[in-house]
Amino acid sequence: MEVLRLQQQLIELTNSLFQEGFLDDQFTQIQMLQDEGNPDFVQEVVGLFAEDSERILSELTKALEMEPVDFKKVDAYVHQFKGSSSSIGAQRVKAVCVDFRAYAETENKEGCLQALQQIKQEFFAVKSKLEALLQLEQQILAAGGSVPMME
Amino acid sequence: MADTWRFEREAALEPEIHVLAVDDNLIDRMMIKKLLLNLACRVTTVESGQRALEILETFEPVSMEEIKFNLIITDYCMPDMTGFDLLKRIKATCSLKDIPVIVMSSENVPNRINRCLEEGAEDFFLKPLQPSDMQRLREHVRSCTNIPGHAFMSSI
Repeated sequence: MEVLRLQQQLIELTNSLFQEGFLDDQFTQIQMLQDEGNPDFVQEVVGLFAEDSERILSELTKALEMEPVDFKKVDAYVHQFKGSSSSIGAQRVKAVCVDFRAYAETENKEGCLQALQQIKQEFFAVKSKLEALLQLEQQILAAGGSVPMME
Repeated sequence: MADTWRFEREAALEPEIHVLAVDDNLIDRMMIKKLLLNLACRVTTVESGQRALEILETFEPVSMEEIKFNLIITDYCMPDMTGFDLLKRIKATCSLKDIPVIVMSSENVPNRINRCLEEGAEDFFLKPLQPSDMQRLREHVRSCTNIPGHAFMSSI
């Protein structure tokens, strides 16, 4: 049955996201905030996170292209990104932010550029996985099933 | 687990608690707003201390009955005006000083926490908020008096 297959896929995807450290418990908190009054809460938060993060990444890229680099500005952007990723439960993104801030503090441009590359990788990875997750949920609902709640 | 996030609205004889949430982070504004809505509050969110003061100061009591905000929740780390600066400004303003202020921060810095509490903050929460924090938050919301004229009269 289609619904069962989709539900199984969702469970497997969710489990792997947590096991591989892409997401942490904070994401579960967000899922729990979704209710009948706010049926699209998770989708909204993920959407805003994606948009806002892309903005910050673009600003960071520009900031690191400046001569000389304004490391305080870089740090401020990374701090924002660390905040959002922490709030949404994007654990691996948050971890890179921590390293990134250390490089910004020591005004290490090479380190910052490396960290930026890494952050982009981690962000796009978690973003596409979250989108896959949300898509599965939509498909399950469309097929008349209910989304399994993770324990 | 569901209990710590849900809050059954009591019979609507009680006016809603109106909370001002201040945070420069978009995701955090969404989260705190949802948490407060779940506690049956009315919520206004702003993205800076400056904006918070503008909103707070445009609501000068017109009559003794007008209380616009019952609680302020602010992030600590914000560009331009920190949550601490905002707290000090609120406590130094006659018409605002009796509004309880809660400070939140993603960084666990004991000095920072103490300074905020000494400056008159009701409480200090670490971000992101955990289900275990919700009970404390709920108690703060419940203890907000919504008696018309209360804040105004106590500042005479």
